[in-house]
Amino acid sequence: MSAVFNEMQGLAPAAPARAMSRTIPHANLRTQYRLDLLFRHATRFFAFLVLALLGGILVSLFVGSLPSIRAFGFGFLVSSEWNPVTEKFGALVPIVGTLTTSAIALLIGIPVSFGIALFLTELSPVWLRRPLGTAIELLAAIPSIIYGMWGLFIFAPVFSTHVQPLLTKTLGSVPLVGALFQGPPMGIGVLTAGIILAIMVIPFIASVMRDVFEIVPGVLKESAYALGSTTWEVVWNVVLPYTKVGVVGGVMLGLGRALGETMAVTFVIGNAHQLSASIMNPGNSIASALANEFTEAVGDLYLSALIELGLLLFVITFVVLALSKLLLLRLSRFEGQRT
Amino acid sequence: MDLYARRLLVNRINLMVSLLAMLFGLFWLGWILFTLFDAGFGSISAKLFLNTTPPPGSDGGLLNAIGGSLLMGGAGTLLGTPIGIMAGIYLAEFGNRGWLAPATRFINDILLSAPSIVIGLFIYQAYVVPVGHFSAWAGTMALALIVVPVVIRTTENMLRLVPDSLREAAAALGAPQWKVITLVTVRAAKAGIVTGILLAVARISGETAPLLFTALNNQFGTLNMNSPMANLPMVIFQFAMSPYEDWHNLAWAGALLITLSVLVLNILARVFFRNKTPVY
Amino acid sequence: MNAAVLQDVQDTAVRKIAVRNLNFYYGRFHALKDINLDIPERKVTAIIGPSGCGKSTLLRTFNRIYALYAGQEARGEILIDGENILAPGQDLNSLRAKVGMVFQKPTPFPMSIYDNIAFGVKLYEDLPARIMEERVEWALRQAALWDEVKDKLKQSGTSLSGGQQQRLCIARCIAVKPEILLLDEPASALDPISTGRIEELVHELKNDYTIVMVTHNMQQAARVSDYTAYMYIGELVEFGVTDEIFIKPMKKETEDYITGRFG
Repeated sequence: MSAVFNEMQGLAPAAPARAMSRTIPHANLRTQYRLDLLFRHATRFFAFLVLALLGGILVSLFVGSLPSIRAFGFGFLVSSEWNPVTEKFGALVPIVGTLTTSAIALLIGIPVSFGIALFLTELSPVWLRRPLGTAIELLAAIPSIIYGMWGLFIFAPVFSTHVQPLLTKTLGSVPLVGALFQGPPMGIGVLTAGIILAIMVIPFIASVMRDVFEIVPGVLKESAYALGSTTWEVVWNVVLPYTKVGVVGGVMLGLGRALGETMAVTFVIGNAHQLSASIMNPGNSIASALANEFTEAVGDLYLSALIELGLLLFVITFVVLALSKLLLLRLSRFEGQRT
Repeated sequence: MDLYARRLLVNRINLMVSLLAMLFGLFWLGWILFTLFDAGFGSISAKLFLNTTPPPGSDGGLLNAIGGSLLMGGAGTLLGTPIGIMAGIYLAEFGNRGWLAPATRFINDILLSAPSIVIGLFIYQAYVVPVGHFSAWAGTMALALIVVPVVIRTTENMLRLVPDSLREAAAALGAPQWKVITLVTVRAAKAGIVTGILLAVARISGETAPLLFTALNNQFGTLNMNSPMANLPMVIFQFAMSPYEDWHNLAWAGALLITLSVLVLNILARVFFRNKTPVY
Repeated sequence: MNAAVLQDVQDTAVRKIAVRNLNFYYGRFHALKDINLDIPERKVTAIIGPSGCGKSTLLRTFNRIYALYAGQEARGEILIDGENILAPGQDLNSLRAKVGMVFQKPTPFPMSIYDNIAFGVKLYEDLPARIMEERVEWALRQAALWDEVKDKLKQSGTSLSGGQQQRLCIARCIAVKPEILLLDEPASALDPISTGRIEELVHELKNDYTIVMVTHNMQQAARVSDYTAYMYIGELVEFGVTDEIFIKPMKKETEDYITGRFG
C-alpha cells in the first residue's frame, strides 16, 4: 500500500471545496425528487389497475353466476340438459364441445405448425423466408368473423359434398375410431369447427416455433451435422429438445386461442345442445352458446346460466395458461436455461 | 434396407411432409383471400360508404357500421393506450424489485389470451346492467380492455431492448429518473411502442365477441355514444346469418373491408418498425 | 522523462479525488478491496488491468452510477474536493453535474444533435435560445466535432458515425461544464483513426478537466496518460507516473502485466 502513496507524497492537499460553478436552488432538487416519486406511483397505479381488472372480471362473473350456481350446484358441470322453457341448464355439452374442438385443432395444428416451422428454418431458400413467414402471420391477422363466414358459406358445403362422405366410408368403418365419423354429411359440426380452429391456430404455433428454432446456436447444429446426421435427425434430436420450452409455450398460446375462439366456431358448430359420439354432428362450445343465445335469453336463471358458462370458460383458460407458465418455469429451471 | 438407406428415406419423407405443411398453410390463406375478393369485391362501390344499412330487400351501404367501428375503435385505442404504456413502463423500469411486477406480468399474459367474449361479458355485468342499456361507451370499454394487454406487452418488451448504457448516460448527466424514462428511454423505444399500438388496433378491428353484449347494433347511423351503435363485425354477423341475398352481399363486402384494413395495418406496422428503429 | 519535469508534476498536482479504504460489493461478491488512491487535478489518470480486475467498477464509483442498481454497494470514502460523496444524503444529481461520464459504446440519445447537447444543460440551466446555441457550439468545438456537424445540427444523433457519436457524447458531457471526466474505454469500440482523434481530444481536454480513463490498451495508456493505476483482481497494485510505471514499475506483478506475460 505504501508504494501507492509514494508518488503522492509530493502532492499538495486538495484545494478547499469550490463553490459549484452554478448554484442549483435546493427547491429545484426537491421538486425533481417529488416528481420522481409521483411518476413512479403513477406507473405503479396503472400496474395495479391490471390486477384490479382481473379481480373485477372474476368477481362480476361470479356474482352474475350466483343464481345459476345456487340452482344447479356442481350438477351444472355434468348435466347435458339445456331447456330454457323448464329452466333446466347444464354445461356438459358446451364444455365437451369446447374441449373437443380445441383438441381437434391441436391434433391437426401442432404437426402442421411443426412442419411449417421446419420448412421456414431449414428448407426454404433464404429469400423466401420473410415473405413466407409474413404470409403465415397474415393468417393470424384475419379476424375470426371472416373465418366464420368463409367456413359457413364456402368450406362447409365443400366439406359436406366431398370430404365427409369419404371420411365416413374410410375412417367410419375402423373399429373404435369409427364411431367418431358417423352421421349425415351436413358440413357444419364439431369436426368442421375443429378444422377451422386448426387453421386459425396454426399461425400462432408456427410463428413461435419458427422464432425459437431460429435462435438455436449454429454451432450446435453444426456439431450434429459434422457427425453425419441428416437434416431431419438434427431437427428432431437437437433443435426440438433445445427449444422445448418455447415450443410448449407456443402450443399453450394456440390452445388458449382455440378455447376462447368465438365467431369462427359460432358460424359452423351448429348450435345444438346435444351430445353425440360422432364429431361430424353439430354441437356447441361455451363461446358459441354465449354468442348465439345471450342477447335473446329471457329470464334471470337463463342469463345466469349463460354467465356461469362464461365464468367456466374463463377459469378453464386461466388454468391452462397458469399450468403452462408453471410447466415452462419447471422446464427452464431443470435445463438451467432462461426462458 | 440397411440403416443408412433407411435414415435417408426418413429424412426425405419428413422434409417432403414439411413442404406439404407449408403448402397446406398457404393453401388456406389463398383460398380465404380469394373467396373474400370474389364474393366481396363486386359489392364495393361508393354506395357502400354513403348509405346506411338497409332493411332486407332494399339497397344500402355500410356507412353507419363503418363509422361506428371507427368511432369505437378509435375511442377504445385512446382509452387503452395510455394505461398500457404506463403499466408497461412500470414493468420495464421499476419492475425489478417487489411482487407487483411479476404478478402484473402474469395477469397480463392471462388477459392477453383471455377469450374476448368473456371481456364483453364483464363489461355487460359491470357497466351495461347498472346503466340499463347497451351503448357505444360499453363497446369502447370492451375494446380498450383488449388493447391494454397488447400495449403493455409490446411496451415492456421494447423498453427492455433499450440498452442500459443509454439510461446510464442520461443519469450520468444528472437527469432524474422520470426524465431519463420519458425523455430518453421511451423515446428510444418509440418505434416499437407505436408498432404495438398499430397491432392492437389491427386486433380490435376484427373483434366481434366483445361487442355482442356491449354496443350491440343499430339499424341507423348515430353519433351518440350512449346508445347502441352499429359496427362492422356485428352487422356482418347479423347479415351473414340471415336468409337474405342482398344482406349476404353486404356482409361479404364488409368482411373484405375489415380484412383489407387489418392486413394493411399489419404490413404498415412491420414496415414502420423496420425503418424507424434506431440500431444500438 | 527528466527529473525537472517530474518534480514539476509532483509539486503542482492537486488531489482532486481522494479514495480512502474503498470496498465495493456486487451482492456478496467483493469486487474492490481496500482501494486507496489519489487522482490529481487536471491530469489524465489511466486505470489499467486485465479483464475483471475492477477498473470499470472503480470508475463507476466516482459518479455513483452504480446506485441505479440494487445490490451494489460501496463502503469507505471518496472525497471529491474534500467532500465525501459516499456519505448518506449526498445529492446525486449535483454530483453528476460535476462529474461527467462517457461510456464504452457511444450512446447518442434518440434526438437531434442539438438536442443531445442541450439535454444536459437544460437539466441545470434555463438559458435563452441564443445563449444555448452558443453553448452547444462551444461544447461541439471543445469535442472537435463542430466543423463536421455544424450544418446538420437538426439531424438525429444516431445518424453519425461511431467515432463522431463518441465525440458527441463527450461534447454532451462537456456542455454541462463538469470538473471531472470519467472515460470508460472510450475508444475500444472505434476504428484506429477515430481512436487517434479521441486520444488527441483527451490530450487537449486535460488542460481544463480532470480526466480518469479506463483502458485495456496499455499502449493507449502510455500514450495518453500522466498517471497510471494498475489493478488486479479488485486490488490496486501500483500507482504512479505513467512513464515510470511503464519503464520501471516497482512491483513484479505490474511488470508481468505490462510486458504481456499474462492478460
